[in-house]
Amino acid sequence: MSELTGRIHSTESFGTVDGPGVRFVVFFQGCPMRCKYCHNPDTWEKSGGTEMTVREILTLYERNKAFYGNGGITATGGEPMVQLGFLTALFTEAKRRRIHTCLDTSGVCYDPGHPEKFDALLNVTDLVMLDIKHIDDAKHRQLTGHSNVNILAFAQRLSAQGIPVWIRHVIVPGWTDDRAEQLALGDALGGIRTLKALDCLPYHDMGKRKYEELGIPYPLPDTPPATPEHAAAARAVILEGIKKRLRRDAKSE
Amino acid sequence: MFKSFAPEWEGFEPGRWSNTSVNVRDFILKNFTPYDGDESFLEGPTEATTKLWEQVMDLSRQEREKGGVLDMDTKIISTITSHGPGYLNKDLEKIVGLQTDKPFKRSLQPFGGIRMAQQACKEYGYEVDPEVVDIFTKYRKTHNQGVFDAYTPEMRLARHAAILTGLPDAYGRGRIIGDYRRIALYGIDMLIEDKEHQKATHFVRMTSKNIRLREELSEQISALKDLKKLGEIYGLDISRPAKNAQEAVQWLYFGYLAAVKEQNGAAMSLGRTSTFLDIYIQRDLERGILTEREAQELIDHFIMKLRMVRFARTPEYNSLFSGDPTWVTESIGGVSVDGVPMVTKNSFRYLNTLNNLGTAPEPNMTVLWSTRLPLNFKKFCAKMSIKSSSIQYENDDLMRVTHGDDYAIACCVSSMRVGKEMQFFGARANLAKCLLYAINGGVDERLGIQVGPKYRPVEGDVLDYDDVMQKYDDMMEWLAGLYVNTLNVIHYMHDKYSYERVQMALHDRDVKRYFATGIAGLSVVADSLSAIKYAKVKPIRKDIEIKNKAGEVVDVARNVIVDYEIEGDFPKYGNDDDRVDEIAVNIVRTFMDKIRKHHTYRDSVPTMSILTITSNVVYGKKTGNTPDGRKQGVPLAPGANPMHGRDSHGAVASLSSVAKLPFRHAQDGISNTFSIVPDALGKNTKVFAGDLDIDRLTQEALNEDAE
Repeated sequence: MSELTGRIHSTESFGTVDGPGVRFVVFFQGCPMRCKYCHNPDTWEKSGGTEMTVREILTLYERNKAFYGNGGITATGGEPMVQLGFLTALFTEAKRRRIHTCLDTSGVCYDPGHPEKFDALLNVTDLVMLDIKHIDDAKHRQLTGHSNVNILAFAQRLSAQGIPVWIRHVIVPGWTDDRAEQLALGDALGGIRTLKALDCLPYHDMGKRKYEELGIPYPLPDTPPATPEHAAAARAVILEGIKKRLRRDAKSE
Repeated sequence: MFKSFAPEWEGFEPGRWSNTSVNVRDFILKNFTPYDGDESFLEGPTEATTKLWEQVMDLSRQEREKGGVLDMDTKIISTITSHGPGYLNKDLEKIVGLQTDKPFKRSLQPFGGIRMAQQACKEYGYEVDPEVVDIFTKYRKTHNQGVFDAYTPEMRLARHAAILTGLPDAYGRGRIIGDYRRIALYGIDMLIEDKEHQKATHFVRMTSKNIRLREELSEQISALKDLKKLGEIYGLDISRPAKNAQEAVQWLYFGYLAAVKEQNGAAMSLGRTSTFLDIYIQRDLERGILTEREAQELIDHFIMKLRMVRFARTPEYNSLFSGDPTWVTESIGGVSVDGVPMVTKNSFRYLNTLNNLGTAPEPNMTVLWSTRLPLNFKKFCAKMSIKSSSIQYENDDLMRVTHGDDYAIACCVSSMRVGKEMQFFGARANLAKCLLYAINGGVDERLGIQVGPKYRPVEGDVLDYDDVMQKYDDMMEWLAGLYVNTLNVIHYMHDKYSYERVQMALHDRDVKRYFATGIAGLSVVADSLSAIKYAKVKPIRKDIEIKNKAGEVVDVARNVIVDYEIEGDFPKYGNDDDRVDEIAVNIVRTFMDKIRKHHTYRDSVPTMSILTITSNVVYGKKTGNTPDGRKQGVPLAPGANPMHGRDSHGAVASLSSVAKLPFRHAQDGISNTFSIVPDALGKNTKVFAGDLDIDRLTQEALNEDAE
């Protein structure tokens, strides 16, 4: 039997922003979402990338593991959960080797009707970085082409399974900078008992060049980049929303 | 050997350093106070420091406005004692001494070559006094003249075509670090006594080797006597040991000053002084005769002087080195052979000058990094690196094995035991160009002339890896021999006509000499060979017109391979890919082994560096198109760096490729120039709230309600 392979866009040996510590980052090829601000359109197509085995990926990790003392491995993409079988195999072997595993995902592939399908993966996942694009479902559809229902359900599942969650949220001027919506997002996040971090990323347009190379029209031609101050302010509002929810929950107990 | 325990040593732990021989290392190990605390003890600049530094900044501005040089000596030949005292502001300076009588005035140093001195002057609108020119043309030979008297036609040609580049045949070789600490610890008289003893106990059978050393020892003694006079010029008696911190810094600086008065060397490095000086500062602090503020002021004033070192250099020199570097390298930190980190408070004070005087490339602060350095010091280094981008790091864990715990770095990577080892600086051989010579049978790809041996060039329409490798091996064999022999000429003549008498006076008699060769273009070679091996590389041939000096066409070279067409992809050095990294490793080992086959001047031990930090730009201009797709004129990557933009798997993979290069075959050092934007090192705390905890947040929310 031939060894299981995954379609990998690329690997990055020095990831410092994709989970704790210095990390080996694996970019999976293929993503069902078409977020307007995506800066990796080259990872969308499922057919692209290079086929790699679990062993090949972990060999790259092992040869420089001295650098990853406080870090580990991060699966991102693309959407890693598109290749659920391979992703599970990678994390299972990584855990066997005592490597810290982090999954950077949009959660869009989660199926609330069959939560057990994801248990094998979650059993070997130390941390999930969950990207929530928008709290309002209609706007989420507009922004990404998909509903956020499965994504929010995935967050609940992670909470129930006791898996630490870092929330990532991109602040896009004109799209995700409404105060009421940010408070609503905070309200939802307050329900994740295992929430450990909230990372608000200012939108940037550095992906433009890639769109040009791929001949795809840039979806947000008129949206200006967000500033770090912008993102910090948004984070404060979302935190406010989280606290409101926690206060309410505490009082109703 | 020493008659008694000098009164200036009161309070120091005695040892071999005080009763047997000159032994600074023993003194340091017995007396230094390790420090593992943080930087909170540090002091800012004093009023005097700020005032003096403003003056220096003003002089720098004037210098820039005048086109790069403020003032030059055209008549007084610089020696240790050639000038009267010079000051910035005598009343404020805690550490005194200038190269000439005025700050920023460049001294005249014709011993390396009178033409170089003349050119340097002429370029800035000055003219060397005709009498001086006369003396150094008719009566006193220079290093440069000596070298060209002995060069073979082949050596001149290789130099002209720039397959051998940056050779120190017209300028001072530098890279010799005097143990300037000895002056502070022993005072000049004891050092002279020691040198007299060395001379008296040396071989008396008069072979040329022994005669030369006897003459050199005499030169060294006269330099020490001059050094004592230099102290007197500034009203100080340095014949005796330094009795406090201020004297220790001053005595040490006089030694360095004497060196830069007599040598316009390519790198005039300082050594490893911070922990040594800390012993004096610590003693004064404990005696209550010095405050932390005053201690920092001494170091600030010392560093200020080092930042003011200037040399008269030609525009070609400046373009080779991208500016006017002096390479005042100071090695900080490291770990002793018995495992104690040698970080002291003074290690912090040196780095703190980047706060107090602002950031600057000189002196070149070099941290000897070990995994075992104290955490607080590591953190401070990181902080200062982010703030100043001015700190160099070198692997102490690697070098300590070879050099022990009292070595220092000359220039940027050359390691040597202070006062016990020196090196003959050998610039570098352009291995990228050598590959092109292999392909073209020794014909230069730019000039069209036959520079290398007339071997059979590559034939056919596609480059074959085995064929090219065989030809490359032959061409490297030729180049290594020519290179070593060229350097033999250079160093023979430098010793003869421009001997570093004061620096060598601050060495032991029987020094170990390194014969430091170097290579340029490693990543271009590795990628080119990888392209030939893993992709399809087609040579493009052309006729080249050969021109004479006047620019007239005198001949035509037929069918020279001047460009390449590459089909397909190939592994590139800098991605932790063994397929190509092994080619790089192999080239380093192969060339070093070829160097080792040759006789080296004064029984020196051959080493090699991979370190072009700035000159890679000039080398790139002189190297034609290469089979990796690099175009003529594009800079070679600096040092052992991967080619710009070809390392696509992140920093760790890039560093791992470099780390595979074997230190034992590149013992003179391997450099990797690494820049990274702060954001790529991690999240800014402003936008990232890690460490959330729902229970704590709930508590916070409820507390807010209660308020």
